[in-house]
Amino acid sequence: MIELNHVTKTYPGASQPAVDSVSLTIPEGEICVFIGPSGCGKTTLMRLTNRLIPITSGSISVDGKDIMGLDPIELRRHIGYAIQQVGLFPHMTVRDNIATVPKLLGWARTKIDARVDELLTLVNLEPGTFRDRYPRQLSGGQAQRVGVARAMAADPPIMLMDEPFGAIDPINREVLQDEFLRIQDKLKKTIIFVTHDINEAIKMGQRIALLKEGRLIQTGLPDELLNRPADEFVKSFVGADRVLKRLNLLKVRDAMMTNPVHCRSEDSSEKVLEQMVKNDLAFLIVTDRDQRLLGYVNQYDLRGHKGHAGDVARKLTLTVSPERNLKEALSQMLSYDLGILVVVGEDGRIQGVLNSTTLCSLVGSTYDEHGGHWGRITAAGRIL
Amino acid sequence: MTTYDFIVRNWPELMSLAWQHTVFVSIALAIAIATGVPLGVYLTFNRRLADTVLYLAGIMMTVPSVALFGLMIPVLSVFGHGIGTVPAVIALVLYSQLPILRSTYAAIRSVDPAIIEAGLGIGMTRAQVLFKVQIPMSLGVIFSGVRVAVVMSIGIGAIAAYIGAGGLGQYIFNGITQTYDAMINAGAVAVSAMAILADFMFGRLERTLVSKGLRRD
Repeated sequence: MIELNHVTKTYPGASQPAVDSVSLTIPEGEICVFIGPSGCGKTTLMRLTNRLIPITSGSISVDGKDIMGLDPIELRRHIGYAIQQVGLFPHMTVRDNIATVPKLLGWARTKIDARVDELLTLVNLEPGTFRDRYPRQLSGGQAQRVGVARAMAADPPIMLMDEPFGAIDPINREVLQDEFLRIQDKLKKTIIFVTHDINEAIKMGQRIALLKEGRLIQTGLPDELLNRPADEFVKSFVGADRVLKRLNLLKVRDAMMTNPVHCRSEDSSEKVLEQMVKNDLAFLIVTDRDQRLLGYVNQYDLRGHKGHAGDVARKLTLTVSPERNLKEALSQMLSYDLGILVVVGEDGRIQGVLNSTTLCSLVGSTYDEHGGHWGRITAAGRIL
Repeated sequence: MTTYDFIVRNWPELMSLAWQHTVFVSIALAIAIATGVPLGVYLTFNRRLADTVLYLAGIMMTVPSVALFGLMIPVLSVFGHGIGTVPAVIALVLYSQLPILRSTYAAIRSVDPAIIEAGLGIGMTRAQVLFKVQIPMSLGVIFSGVRVAVVMSIGIGAIAAYIGAGGLGQYIFNGITQTYDAMINAGAVAVSAMAILADFMFGRLERTLVSKGLRRD
């Protein structure tokens, strides 16, 4: 846990403090993103935490201990540090770069070698291939991976990352972000992550601290920043498309209408049609006894049909998993011109439906946390 | 008599002069490196002093070598070393300072601040950053300065014969006074050969000492 208590930093000769009385608590195992326009003090605030620059007033404590009472060198050896420019030592091999802190801590050689290989594997670099390479023989993405591995070498409980993926092309950045989140899921480090990219902040941060001119403007969950920006500055910083950005954060599960209206394959076509007309449904999902999706029927096919609804069911190939994010789901709906998307779990059972009305009401301004209104559709569950 | 014949006939003498030459140039370079590199490193921590020192070293280079050797005589006579190896070594040390100082200073300064910050950020002390990061990264450029100093010292060392330090310059000066072309040529060829050989050796040393990670290929 990292606690910042009225942290202030004024550089000598500066009239304005670079960091102005920031108080913030970063709980154990969370990624807290510091974000803001350049010059907002986010990097300064991060560097105060490992005493790369001295604090002017206020206090910072790490796991309950005031950092001013700790030896700065010892402190830094127990806080991982990764920066945008990577800062790999060009004259050292990948192995030696990663081994830097363990060597400083006096680990045994065999332990270091094992650790290096373990970390390389963790960041998706094959140890046999990359161990003995020099930084100039690495691509940008590989170098960043090594930079992250170096920061994690001595297994520090806390990590500071200053735009660690900033210098990488967008495609590889996404890959690295995903990989890092996967690693973080396992390791649960307490992380301060500095970025100026709101999309990265939303993706990486469990908590976001937005700074401006040294002051903390708003702190909260990514969703809170997007949905309830504290002021005009936050609103403009998160962007006019903040509503769309929320689509990235929300899962299909959050937006879908559960217990969707449907019929079973053995239901009589006539009765199903009757109900569909009554409820003004153009088409209807057809399932088996176990709620497994079989397809759909429409009024046209049912008209005059004597038998079971399952006999005239059409295949429904485009479905979505409840774990996908809404942006992907919406994109699917738009590109295939679908008014509705059926949500199917891994077991093939229908879990809900997503339609444009529920989507809009969820992400739009009328959204309220308890679920909002579900649009005009009132029918639910098995139709018969 | 051709230069070739001269060299063949006077081989033992040539070798002993070459040895003399090697000795005082080596001593001078050893001192120059031992003082120039640490001073150059120190100057990176003291920018104001750096300007002054590099300026002075630059002025030193502009003093004609014959004059510098001459200037040594009255100063060092006080200590009984007016002529011979001591003033020769001192003059060569002074000459070698500029390339060594300047390359060291420039190399250490040119290390990317992000790399220094990374070193400090992961918990290296300032001294560890200097010795484990900055200096190893600077070796290539420092070596280039040293190689300039080596070649230059071997050449200027020939003039040291003028103040009685011996060495290959003796053939050149004697040859001039005797208008003996073969002797002049022999001295000149030997000095050049020595410079080329020394440069080659330092090049090999550089390849072994400088990290492969810094090589551009």
